[in-house]
Amino acid sequence: MIKDLSVDHLLGIKQLSAEDIEIIFETADSFKKIINRPIKKVPTLRDVTIANLFFENSTRTRLSFELAEKRLSADVVNFSASSSSVSKGETLIDTVNNILSMKVDMVVMRHPNPGAHIFLQKHIDAKIINAGDGTHEHPTQALLDSYSIRERLGEVKGKKVVIVGDIKHSRVAISNIYALQKQGAEVMVCGPTTLIPKYIASMGVKVEHNLKKALEWCDVANMLRIQLERQEIKYFPSIREYTLQYGLTKEILDSLDKEIVVMHPGPINRGVEISSDVADSDQAIILDQVENGVAIRMAVIYLLASKIDKKS
Amino acid sequence: MKPTVIVNSQQFQLTITRLSHQLIENHNDFSNSAIIGLQPRGIYLANRLQDELKKITGIDVLTGALDITFYRDDFGRGDQPLIPSVTNLDFSIENKKVILVDDVLYTARTVRAGLDALMSFGRPLEVELMTFIDRRFSRHIPIQPNYVGQSVDSIETEKVAVNWKETEGVDEVILYTTIEND
Repeated sequence: MIKDLSVDHLLGIKQLSAEDIEIIFETADSFKKIINRPIKKVPTLRDVTIANLFFENSTRTRLSFELAEKRLSADVVNFSASSSSVSKGETLIDTVNNILSMKVDMVVMRHPNPGAHIFLQKHIDAKIINAGDGTHEHPTQALLDSYSIRERLGEVKGKKVVIVGDIKHSRVAISNIYALQKQGAEVMVCGPTTLIPKYIASMGVKVEHNLKKALEWCDVANMLRIQLERQEIKYFPSIREYTLQYGLTKEILDSLDKEIVVMHPGPINRGVEISSDVADSDQAIILDQVENGVAIRMAVIYLLASKIDKKS
Repeated sequence: MKPTVIVNSQQFQLTITRLSHQLIENHNDFSNSAIIGLQPRGIYLANRLQDELKKITGIDVLTGALDITFYRDDFGRGDQPLIPSVTNLDFSIENKKVILVDDVLYTARTVRAGLDALMSFGRPLEVELMTFIDRRFSRHIPIQPNYVGQSVDSIETEKVAVNWKETEGVDEVILYTTIEND
């Protein structure tokens, strides 16, 4: 039996099969053990060079990728748009080709434009991992979210997951919907009408505008941050009103007749979409998600790097 | 490829018993020793030794399994991705006498990776190497075993397979030889 990803790049969850996701999870199991050992490093990718290209701000994802790469012993170069020639007018292909000329095997990229990775993949010769493209996809986040659900609840199949908040501007939501559905979970989105895309139901998800009802339905609640930086217009009257309607508090959780799992992709705005006592409770697996992020990214990098031809 | 049985199941058991006695000679009561089988095929020998030593001495010897996938030197050079197995070391190897165990020693590249993998769990007092089959004169790396079940002189085109009751249903060692004009 050959266990190999069906894709050469991780552009989005949309391109992955359910088997691909399972292969990534099984590989991540091995890496999770490694990152919990006294010596957290393996020499596997010692002849692979990876460039982290961040055309948009990131702390967690970038750190997580960099740690994953270093724990696999890859050589890592970092690049951020604010300190680069992009501000001098260079095109994306030129920027990336310049970096590849320095013999880079793999590119981890975050870019504000949706589809930037798909475009790039057609023009350059390196493995590409999408670390977030605008409001489109954030595949490694969705993988680590599902992996964390699998870890906590045993499996993803058949579970009911509600994604709460700013669905309209969230690449985490889109990638999560694809990932959860491919694994056989049921997905609901919940938030104010203005932040739910009009045609989201065509993706086969339920839509609910009442947080309490959504929570009563679900096994897992994934709370998203309100992305004020992507909102050019006002989508709701005030943060205070949003919190009153859609903020997850201990009172609402305690009023449910079951214990649900609470997730958050970070960064958390305490007291806005999630209250402090919920974020710090045992029901929240937010920090597990962060830990799993490194293992998942190691798995993705490992599996894609094994497709780099080193025979010549 | 023509298969020839070079170790039958009776000889197989005798060899395991002899290897166990050799270990007892060097490790006494095994109070500071551990047997670690290399995944995927060395673990069967490790488990057999553990059972045999229990039978002979009554001692439960610490036994673990070590996966070497991420330490291999052929990453990205084969046609198929390397799929990891499970590492199962629920004890510390710090200051222990470790007996590294595998089924066939051939180029010794696996053992080289195994040593690296082992060291990332700590600093053992000493490491010995046991192999069930030693294919002599075929090393790529200067590593030699301390304990050998059977030595086999074979050429590169031949193949040696150790079959286990646990997986193939019968304990035996088979030499596959190439037939001219086949």
